[in-house]
Formats: sequence, structure tokens, C-alpha cells
Amino acid sequence: MTIALSRREFLKVSAAVGGGLALEFRFPVAARAAGGAAATEVNAWIVIHPDDRVVIRIARSEMGQGTYTALAQLVAEELDCDWAKVSAEFASPNEHIRRNRIWGSMSTGGSQGVRSSQDYVRKAGASAREMLITAAAARWKVPAAECTAESGVISHGPTRRKLRYGQVAAEAAKLAPPKEVKLRDPRDWKIAGKPMHRLDIPDKVLGKPVFGVDVALPGMLHASIAQCPVFGGKVMRVDAGEAQKMRGVKKVVREESFVAVVADSWWRANEALKRVKVEWDTGGNGSASNETIAAMLREGLADTRLPQARKLGDVQAGLAAAAKVVEAEYRSPYLSHATMEPQTCTAWLKPEGFLEVWTSTQNGEASMAAAAEVAGLPLDKIEVHKMMLGGGFGRRGQSQDFVRQGVAIAKAVPGVPVKLMWSRDEDMQHDFYRPASIVRMKAGLDAQGNLVAMHTTIACPSIQKVLNPAALSKDGIELSAVRSFSDMPYAVANQQVDYAMRNGHVPVGNWRAPGQQNAFYRECFIDELAAAAGRDPVEFRLAMLKDGDKNRLVLEAVAKAAGWGAALPAGVHRGVAVGDGFGSYAAMVAEVSVDAAGAPRVHRIVVAIDSGYVVNPDTCRAQAESNVVYGLGSILYQEINVKDGRVVESNFHDFPLPRIDEMPKVEAVLVPTGGFWGGHGEPAILPLVPAVCNALSAATGKRVRSLPLKHQDLGQA
Amino acid sequence: MLKLNVNGRTRTVDVEPEMPLLWVLRDHLELPGTKYACGIAACGACTVHVDGEAVRSCTLPVSAAVGRKIVTIEGLSEKGLHRIQKAWIEHEVPQCGYCQTGIIMSAAALLAKIPTPTDEDIDRTMTNLCRCGTYTRVRKAIHALGGQSAAPAAKKG
Repeated sequence: MTIALSRREFLKVSAAVGGGLALEFRFPVAARAAGGAAATEVNAWIVIHPDDRVVIRIARSEMGQGTYTALAQLVAEELDCDWAKVSAEFASPNEHIRRNRIWGSMSTGGSQGVRSSQDYVRKAGASAREMLITAAAARWKVPAAECTAESGVISHGPTRRKLRYGQVAAEAAKLAPPKEVKLRDPRDWKIAGKPMHRLDIPDKVLGKPVFGVDVALPGMLHASIAQCPVFGGKVMRVDAGEAQKMRGVKKVVREESFVAVVADSWWRANEALKRVKVEWDTGGNGSASNETIAAMLREGLADTRLPQARKLGDVQAGLAAAAKVVEAEYRSPYLSHATMEPQTCTAWLKPEGFLEVWTSTQNGEASMAAAAEVAGLPLDKIEVHKMMLGGGFGRRGQSQDFVRQGVAIAKAVPGVPVKLMWSRDEDMQHDFYRPASIVRMKAGLDAQGNLVAMHTTIACPSIQKVLNPAALSKDGIELSAVRSFSDMPYAVANQQVDYAMRNGHVPVGNWRAPGQQNAFYRECFIDELAAAAGRDPVEFRLAMLKDGDKNRLVLEAVAKAAGWGAALPAGVHRGVAVGDGFGSYAAMVAEVSVDAAGAPRVHRIVVAIDSGYVVNPDTCRAQAESNVVYGLGSILYQEINVKDGRVVESNFHDFPLPRIDEMPKVEAVLVPTGGFWGGHGEPAILPLVPAVCNALSAATGKRVRSLPLKHQDLGQA
Repeated sequence: MLKLNVNGRTRTVDVEPEMPLLWVLRDHLELPGTKYACGIAACGACTVHVDGEAVRSCTLPVSAAVGRKIVTIEGLSEKGLHRIQKAWIEHEVPQCGYCQTGIIMSAAALLAKIPTPTDEDIDRTMTNLCRCGTYTRVRKAIHALGGQSAAPAAKKG
């Protein structure tokens, strides 16, 4: 295997800065060079050292969701090595391209990390194990069938001889991989399925330089950026006279859509940037506002020729025949990802025509493609060093705007590494936001209170229209705009879902569980229907879910675990919701109270999740907790407002995040039923928002049809 | 030139007196464990100890730290893992981990003052922001360090 020279350089530099431990797991290949005896790549996923240390290469990114460890667990399970000797490293995007995309997908989103690579990573582990056994058998000159492997040791039963993986790895690597391998029954798992400690945590608690913003290179400069405050605008005139005289400032970079200051420290770059006078051409969007965006969406709702994302039966006939018709309109604002680590990219255009990039990315391959486009270099002349992400939530996947900018800035100072980091203001005001949307629902109940018809009209910007138009259907429909309605699991004979794509100028993107606002609309409206029918919200849903439907299983599980129907302390009320997506099924019960002044408090969340299999139960629970907090902020107070074409909010004072005193008790009930692989990074947020809002309605008698709650008076009249 | 006492060592830096301590640590003293996230002392990712107090270094001018004892995450433990860092590993507290160095520094200051903090003590002092939502585990780990089993995370309604 080859090592780019640059990796060694980085190791050397950063080891001096931060100590060796963090780098040992990120760059074990270089560590081996320093350590003497050679490690062997048994296959692309697995490197084994003579002392039996196993390094597992991970193609997906790590942003706290635990994929880095879960994938290592799956490989180690099939390899059957000693987990105590396992470490992981990110696969190199450059090698990935040169080796014909050997590591499969590098994209990390849609809760796909484990579920869409589990098959090939487990096969890589099983294949390596067979090769190690075959190599040991060859050395002993015995049939491989007489040998077994366990916990990194190969045994020949009849002669009781033993060899360690590290002793035969070099020979194993020369063998042809087996054509077919048998994977273990998950019921027999010893490493996978267990709450192993996450491999990335020790370095993170020590403050090791593992994040994109931590990159340090010799002679590195720092950049701060200002983009046109009105989306889509361009730089017209720049007066950098004062900035250029400031201490440490090296260059003011002007590009079509941004101005950046390059200096010898980030603070100096940012202080100087504040003194750069820029005149912007706002490109005709300078008068856009919440009101113009709402008008755009309402015009969409009124459109009579909308494409249909679902059509079952005859919804008009069903509504006409209904004993009772219920109508409601729900809406949501734009939301920012607000990753704690701002967007960042370090780029170094080297004299020999090789570009190196260090970045916190959800897709190393997409980062490389973006870098290649801006640099005008072929992919084999670029390396992207994948760093740990200080949060992702969809912000750092498809867009890669920060990489484009980082490379453009590096081109302006060739030969010198430059680390671009956005200020928080810039990060909040130049996101790819969770779309704002308005949805109208009209449903019919029969005389027995059964839901017989439901007509939904969704007005929502399209995420893929900008980021990946190929993902749209020929009618211009994308799943994230219509999900929860187009795939509603409830058995309702007459359904129609109309989609009005209305885009506006605000960039939209994948915000944790893209389309999750539809789960809020649907599940709160279902509660309204249950109330109109005079039925219990759990019973009303169960009646519409067929036997064997996984949604039914998780709903029954959560109702039981939460004690649905049992007495609650005075003032505490329950709400329920169901949400399936990202390969998994989730149902939730929320317990809330509202004080006399109308202040809501969420006390307890019980969520049941069926993801088919569970690779690390502790990280799955952590993801449930995470989804609760992420969703809670959007319920209580988060919103992105638009005025004069620009985002109003700029930092955590006006886009607050929940703090520790607002954290409810979260009980995650994992009910894996096997036979499929679902994700955990996103599903639990689907039922979170409606479960809490339904509980608030139970507490106050007031329906929550728009968020955030800070605009609604929940006080007792 | 300013003289600073950082993690028990004297460090000399040639920076503007108004430069926030955070940037002196990160860009001039090669101590990147202290993080930037807001720049307005709203989130606590930049928390360090100044004379034993948890301080948000993104708004503290470096001149105000001269002559005082500054401790960063890198200096929390002289050798190996600090007991708080061990508890953070044991309770699997971090997710992305970006805010955790600041949270650990806040917890260290809390536990130094109040060895067995109550839920109210934690609510009052642990005001750091975590976008991943690790709060349940932060509380659990602090209670474990305080010699208590985890108290209920939510207050009674």
C-alpha cells in the first residue's frame, strides 16, 4: 500500500502540536513506518500488525453518530479478532478513486452509514478471516477445514497448534480472497450487537486535534469569509484599504460571491474582515422576506394542477361521502443546522501541482470532486483528509460550499496552506436550511369514526432541485418533500398527496431527517382526527395499522413501556406519534406539562425503535437522546427568519439551543425484529415533534399547528 | 510581549492585548483543544480555567489573563486521563465531541467547588451548549464523580 508523502508530513507536524495518540489512530500507516515492523493490508478494510493490532478502515464519516465504531464492530465480528486490539482510520479518498472506489460509498447521510455498507464490510471481515485461516493451514500443511479462528488466534484442533493473526497476515495477504463467504447469524454476534466503547471518544475528551478546525501545518495561514448577505448576490466593489494595513493580514481575496481575509491568525483575519467595505449586488432578492416566502408557498397551495405524490382510491368521493370532514393547515419555518464546529476547510495547493484538503465532511468523495472542480486538477492530484466532524446533521454532505471556497482561497496564495473557518454569524446566515413549508390537510371520517379519506397539499421548497436535480422524479417530486404522506402506513382507502414545489432564493438542504416536518403535520393531524372521532390516539392509529406492520409493533411497544393510559402526576399530559423512515420504525410517547404562564416543559420521552438489527445499543440510545434535543429546540424557539433578502438570526442568542436544564428523561426501547437493517441517526426525530405537540394539546386544549412555540400562547385563558 | 501562565508553564506571546484568550491558545500557543463556536460567550465551547474559575475564553482579552493561572483541557491532567475524562469515556458522554472539552472544563470547576453537586447545582453551572444533546450523560457522569448514582434527569412536573 502506498502512503502519500503529505500524510507523513502532517503526522510530523501535528504530532509536535498535539501528541501522538490522536494521530496514531488516524494515520496508523505512518505510525507503522516509525514503529519498525511492517503491517500488512490483508484487504482494503483490514490492516494487521505483527503484534496483532488490527486497523479497520472506515469509509463513512464520523460526526458523533457512532458509525466509525459500529462499522469497525461489524468487520471485527466477522474477522473474529481481539476487540481490545482494534483501532480505526478513515479510508483515503484519493486511494479510493485510484483503487476504483474500493470502499463503496463515502457518503454519510440518511442514517445510511451502517445499513447500506453492513453487507460489504462484514464480507470484508469474513473474507480476511478465511484468508488468515488458509495461510495458517498452509504453513502447518494441514487442510484449512481442520482449522478454526477465534479472537485473533487460529487453531489446528488435531495438533493443538496455534498461530496469531499477526504471524500469518503477510502470507494471508498474498492469497486470492474467497469467492463467497458465509456471514454470521446476528444471534451469534460477540462484538457486534454489544455496547462497545466508541473508538473516537478518548481523543475527543483529551482535546486532541481531531476536528477540521484543529488542522495545523507549517506556515499555515488563516482565513475568515464574508459572503453576500442576500443569497445569490455577488461582490460589486471592495475597499480593503484599512484591512490590508492591519497586523498579520496577508491578503484580501475577492471572488464572485465572497470576500475573504487571509492572515496569520484567525482572529486577525476576522477582525480585518469586519473592516473590509463591500458593496454587494443583491441580484434582485433584496426584498424577499417571511411574507413573500409565505405568499409563494400559499400560491403553491392554490395551484390546481399539482403533481401527485400519492393517489389511492378517490379522495373527493371519499370526502363527499364522509360523515365528518376535518381540515387544518400546518406550517414550519426555515431552520439552521448550527453545527457546533463552523464550516471549515484547509487547502494547500503545492508547487508540484498536488492539492491537499483537510475538512470536516460528510462525504470525502464529494469533497474531492468539489476541490477538483475549483482547482482544475484531476482527482488523482488531490487528497482529502477526512477529519472528525464537530456535528454534521446534513450540513456537510451534498453542498461542499466550504470546500469550494477553501480551495479558491488557497489558489490565491499558492504554495501556502490556508485554513478557512467561518464565523458563527456566517455559518448561521449561509446555511442550506431545513425548508420552510405549509401543508393543508383535509380528511373524512365515517359514521363510526374511521378515517376514510385524506387529501394533503404540500407547499415546500425542493432540496434536490439545487443539490442534485437527478434525484427528482419526472414530475419534480422528491421524497423529502412528501415523505410521511406519500408513504403513510395507515390503511386509508382514499388518499391524495399533491406537491407544490416552490423554491424561492433561500438555499435549502438536508437537515436531520430531511422532511421531518411532514411527520409533525401528519401525526398532529391524526391526533386531531382521533379527537374528532372521540377515540384514543393510540387505538385510533392501531386500528389503521395491519397486523405485522412494524409501525404497529413499535407503537404497541412504546404504549406499553410508557404506560399509556395509566395515571400521571397532576398537570402532566401525554402525547403519542409514529414515524418511520431511514430504514427504521419509531414510535414515541411524550409527557409534558404547561405552567399557568404557558411555559411548556417536556419531562419524559419514551421511544421504541425497530431497526432490524442493533450493532451498538449504547450509541443507538445516544442517538435517540440526540434526536430528542435536536427536535426540542425546533419545537420551543428555533426559527430562521428572512428580512430584506437575508437571514435575521446570527448566533446562539437568537437561535438558541436547549441547555441541560431543559433535557427530558429519555428512555429508548430497542425492539429489533431482525431481517432488515435500519438507521439510528435520524428516525427518532420523526415522532418527537408531533408527540410533544400532541401532549401539549392534551395539556392545554390548544392545537399546535405552527412552530416554534414561542409564538403561541399556551397559557390558560 | 505578554507573559502567560498556561498549564503550569510560562509562555510568551507577541499579540494584541485585546485578542481574546481563545485565539492566543488556539493559533499562537498550539493548544487546539479549546474550541470556538460562538465568539459571544453563549455556548461555552471555549471554557478554560482562569485561577480555578471556569471562564469563556472567546470574550476574555488576553491582557486580562496576564498574571493568572490558565488551565486548558490539555493541562487538566498532568499525566494521563483526569478522572473526569475517565468518567466521560466510561459513560460514553461525547457524540461529535466538539463541545466536550469545554463541558469537561466546566464540570471540573464545578466538582472542585462542590464535590457532590445536586441536579440544581448542575443546572445552574453546566450551561454549555451541546448540539448533539449529550446532557443526560453529562449529568450522569457528574453524579457518578460526585459519588452519587444518577439522579432523575427531569424535574417533577
